[in-house]
Amino acid sequence: MSLWRMILTNLRRHRVRTAIGATGIALGVATMLSVVALLGGAVSMFERILRTDAQMVVFERNVSDLFFSNVPVELVDELKAQPFVSGAQPMLFTIIGAPGRPVITCFGIQETDGRLKRGTWLSGAPADFRNGEQVVVLGERAASFLKAEAGGTVALGLGNYRVAGVVRMENGFENGGVFMPLDTCQRMFHKDGVCSVVSVALAEGRQASEVKDWINTHHERLTAMENDEFSRSYSQFRILKTTAWVVGGCAFLLGGLSVTNTMILSVFGRIKELAIARVCGFSRGQVARMILGESLLISGIGTVAGWAMSWGGLHLLRAVPQLQGYIEPKIGWMEVAAATAAAILTAVIGALYPAWYAARLKPAEALRFE
Amino acid sequence: MMSETTPQVIVRDVWKSFDGGRIEVLKGVTLEVADGEVLALCGTSGCGKSTLLNVISGLEEVDRGMVRVAGHDVVRETTRVNLLRHHIGYVFQMHHLMPDLTLAENCMVPVIAAGGSRKDGMARLAELAAATGIGPRLHQRVRELSGGERQRGALVRSLMNDPELLLCDEPTGALDESNRERVFELLLELVRSRGRTLIMASHDQELAARCDRVVRMRDGRIETDAG
Repeated sequence: MSLWRMILTNLRRHRVRTAIGATGIALGVATMLSVVALLGGAVSMFERILRTDAQMVVFERNVSDLFFSNVPVELVDELKAQPFVSGAQPMLFTIIGAPGRPVITCFGIQETDGRLKRGTWLSGAPADFRNGEQVVVLGERAASFLKAEAGGTVALGLGNYRVAGVVRMENGFENGGVFMPLDTCQRMFHKDGVCSVVSVALAEGRQASEVKDWINTHHERLTAMENDEFSRSYSQFRILKTTAWVVGGCAFLLGGLSVTNTMILSVFGRIKELAIARVCGFSRGQVARMILGESLLISGIGTVAGWAMSWGGLHLLRAVPQLQGYIEPKIGWMEVAAATAAAILTAVIGALYPAWYAARLKPAEALRFE
Repeated sequence: MMSETTPQVIVRDVWKSFDGGRIEVLKGVTLEVADGEVLALCGTSGCGKSTLLNVISGLEEVDRGMVRVAGHDVVRETTRVNLLRHHIGYVFQMHHLMPDLTLAENCMVPVIAAGGSRKDGMARLAELAAATGIGPRLHQRVRELSGGERQRGALVRSLMNDPELLLCDEPTGALDESNRERVFELLLELVRSRGRTLIMASHDQELAARCDRVVRMRDGRIETDAG
């Protein structure tokens, strides 16, 4: 029997205690992975709305949220006239309400915007979506909860709109949203002549720095960023990502307490056994390693269970009809590695005190312990 | 490991107290035990027999005095661990086996502690199990064994690393008459056939009389020492 076999035996004979400790870690791993995946997925979905056919985004400098950004629409034509730009598309983000649905994302776009063409048109036709008209195109889910269909009308905000079509979009925000011609949207929200962002596609072989320099020179109230730079610096994304890691970290703290509690119970429950191990020649280091090993094994079991729980949970969420399109979990190796590293760290930190206590036990005193 | 003239155990003017010095248990004990000697420590309960065994094994630190085993001072932690791994075997009145492990797994604990090979350990276990008659019970869990079997198992565990010194604290104290006789006979046989040193604490006069030397303790001191 090796030390590892002894560790395994110790865990096996206290199955409930082991299960409780592993569950704490599993919940920590599952929470961290799920929250990071869900929020990461949401961020990724929003990023994809911005980066359609474009490498850069222009918006108002120092706004906390793109909903508050005001960019003059003339910028689109100015940008298109530059040799380093191959295309530019404005988009106005707003929130619109409908009876029973107070919050629906509304995208004000031009009819030339390519994103609607990439969706699967379930009914209606792109040609019916024209600037200046009182029309909307509904994402599939939006059409479902608004109970609207192509050719009919739908009440949105203070007006009624003809439904030009219903489109199945891959992106959950878009699939649950409303597309409105840009000028119609501007009128509706009293944002004449402005949009929230302009997506910029670079001409072949040209550099993003050329756009940035041009914007800095001619529109100092605005800023231009490459998509990746925007994702890293946009405060809403940063808040979401930080929230995800903080919530995950808190879950690990609880998991760590669970492991500490399990290991403390484990040590106090077998003080005599530990003393006997010392009498049999176990050094303090061996006793500490045994406790740490038990904690690591509990953590390993919990980590694997946590992976499974988060994987299963996220798939279940994706299967919920009301959430379809909104849940787009995004788990990368970095997230898995971070959760695993956190689990190992939790196991080690959680076992430090119990291991230290066990190693310090005086065998003769411990044998008298009742 | 030792020259012929060096005693296996040297205890010199050892004092040990508990509870911040309020309870003095050993009061200047001096004792030498030769290699291969079978010694019985006798005396009434509380006279200091168990504490003396504990200070010899290093499980208990002394307040004053010197304890050497096989020429090594037991004060240092690393020395104590090495002695317990390779040189000292310990049997308690209660078997102190781990109840959820099998007897074989219990017996392998000292082998794990000493970093010994599983193969050698299993061979040694088979030999000792045959000698003590617990072979058929090796793969039973401790809770499934009788009192005598458990104590024989504890004896086997103490001998797994072939220690030169065996310390036994009332090894038959918790056994019935027939098991008491059997375990004691076995103990003597294993120790004598291998030329090992035995120090056995016991208040059983009859068993003590069968040892080479009987040391009587009283109130923390050695009262008589009869060869």
